[in-house]
Amino acid sequence: MAAKTHNPKAWLFVLPVVILVAFNALIPLMTVVNYSVQETFGDNVFFWEGVGWFEQVLHSERFHASLLRQLTFTGIILAIEVPLGVAIALTMPKKGPWVSVCLVFMAMPLLIPWNVVGAMWNIFALPDLGLLGRAINGMGIDYNFTQQPGSAWFTTILMDVWHWTSLVVLLAYAGLRSIPDAYYQAAKIDGASSWAVFRHIQLPKMKRVLTIAILLRFMDSFMIYTEPFVLTGGGPGNSTTFLSIDLVKIALGQFDLGPAAAMSLIYFLIVLLLSWIFYTLMMRNEAQ
Amino acid sequence: MTLELRNVIKRAGAETHIYETSLKLREDGFNILLGTTLSGKTSLMQLMAGLERPADGEIWFDGKNVTKVPVQKRNVSMVHQQFINYPNFSVFENIASPLRVARLPRAEIKARVGQVAELLRLSPMLDRRPSELSGGQQQRTALARALVKDADVVLLDEPLANLDYKLREELRDELPKLFRDRGCTVVYATSEPTEALLLGGHTATLNEGRITQFGETAKVYRQPMDLISAAVFSDPPINSAAVTKQGDRFVLNDRVSWRAGESQRTLSDGSYVVAIRPHHITPVDHGANAVRIDGKVLVTELSGSESVVHFEVDGRTWISQSHGIHAFHVGDQASFYIDTGRCMYFGQDNERLAA
Repeated sequence: MAAKTHNPKAWLFVLPVVILVAFNALIPLMTVVNYSVQETFGDNVFFWEGVGWFEQVLHSERFHASLLRQLTFTGIILAIEVPLGVAIALTMPKKGPWVSVCLVFMAMPLLIPWNVVGAMWNIFALPDLGLLGRAINGMGIDYNFTQQPGSAWFTTILMDVWHWTSLVVLLAYAGLRSIPDAYYQAAKIDGASSWAVFRHIQLPKMKRVLTIAILLRFMDSFMIYTEPFVLTGGGPGNSTTFLSIDLVKIALGQFDLGPAAAMSLIYFLIVLLLSWIFYTLMMRNEAQ
Repeated sequence: MTLELRNVIKRAGAETHIYETSLKLREDGFNILLGTTLSGKTSLMQLMAGLERPADGEIWFDGKNVTKVPVQKRNVSMVHQQFINYPNFSVFENIASPLRVARLPRAEIKARVGQVAELLRLSPMLDRRPSELSGGQQQRTALARALVKDADVVLLDEPLANLDYKLREELRDELPKLFRDRGCTVVYATSEPTEALLLGGHTATLNEGRITQFGETAKVYRQPMDLISAAVFSDPPINSAAVTKQGDRFVLNDRVSWRAGESQRTLSDGSYVVAIRPHHITPVDHGANAVRIDGKVLVTELSGSESVVHFEVDGRTWISQSHGIHAFHVGDQASFYIDTGRCMYFGQDNERLAA
């Protein structure tokens, strides 16, 4: 049967999506590209700059420091949140009235606006007024997140773990729930230990959702802005100035639009590259 | 080795899954649990395996009370409806898993896995993972895991239900051979009467948490003790209707009547229930014992070799199943013939009266 494959009217159906994507992705992106290769002094006067801004950003020590901070932060929170989330999901009840209680309880931090989370932790951790700050100082540990980089890092990581571990929990829990009871029965009949059940049934069955959880947490934490901005403002000094905070300082603080645009694109490419590497590695593992 | 349930009851919360049940399983041939979904097949198996404890009653195995013995110490194996294998183990490792837990020497594990794999025709796939196998091969792997263990009790919970038709037939032929002469008690749950008949052995019909009858499969089929057992062991559903006995005749719907058979002559006049298997109602007049019944055609299902017709008589739906293609139009009036020699009669309490 000969089918007519060409039908120009089909474009009409795609048009709404094309317009939407153009407005929320393509046009802003091209604007950034535009700024990243030019110099402007306002009044819509532009001078061609080529790859100059990119070279400047890639060679700047400030960028290297922010990037290193960002990688360290993301690495630490992934190392904490993923195992912790899986562990919490494993201890959650499988059925009964407590399931919904636990789920609502778990979802709570996710529902709080990010700047509120930052403000909450800011007050919570104040060394003289906040519950956390006073408790730590009360234990004889010198703690002041507005003055000591170590304390600032500790607070920021704790805040992120509090805010986002729930996401891993919910995803891992969904993965666990999708394992038929028969698997556990079979393992029981085999006499398999609970470690064996975790290692050979639960973990392999959770692999897909965990891949998604890790990717989401990686991307989100790599782009973290609001919470540390409200909590520490990037300080003390530059100690918690992550990439996005640095970017905003350059773009809006110093109004260096060219370097900021170049840095945005580099930033974007790093996120894309790392996500792709993550995904490919995990999928390859799956295929084996 | 004999497995015996003595007055076991299983509850889950306020619900009763198994009402007081006693059952002594056979070692020769399969013990088939036949019943619809939620009739209690899986619950019974979980009790037998030791995955669940009965709320009351005892489970005896080989002259020992094993009610409180946990599943790992009972030497049972189980195959589920879903294909259950360790996802990141190779087929070899999957089959070997119960032996590894039992800490058998490496050489023996290899020998036994090889033997079972040969039996189930899995030898070429030992290095693959379950996800790289077809459904039939995955279920063979699960069967191999159950076999390699030399369990005393093997529980097969609808193992063929998720397989396609061809594979199901193939594996169904192999199953009885695989377990023959192994000296283990085999329990097989199914919801399909045909499967029970094909597997033979002994069958227990289950209905709403109760075993209604247990005996040789063919006997349970031919001589159900009550209407429920007859209904459980019938697909398509059995026809049943009220009849009155007047003298030496049975009267159905005040219109159709037939002479009572030899063994029903002695029944006193009154109301009874007649049950007729669908394949004893046909569109063809087959002579001596046939009684005609007219109805309106509701549904017709034609497969290659047989016709199933649902028709309505006085507000009641009847089902006829016959060989060959008998085409009817939905809504038409049609005549069917009941083989009165094959009717089964039950009392008002649904107990079977006479053949």
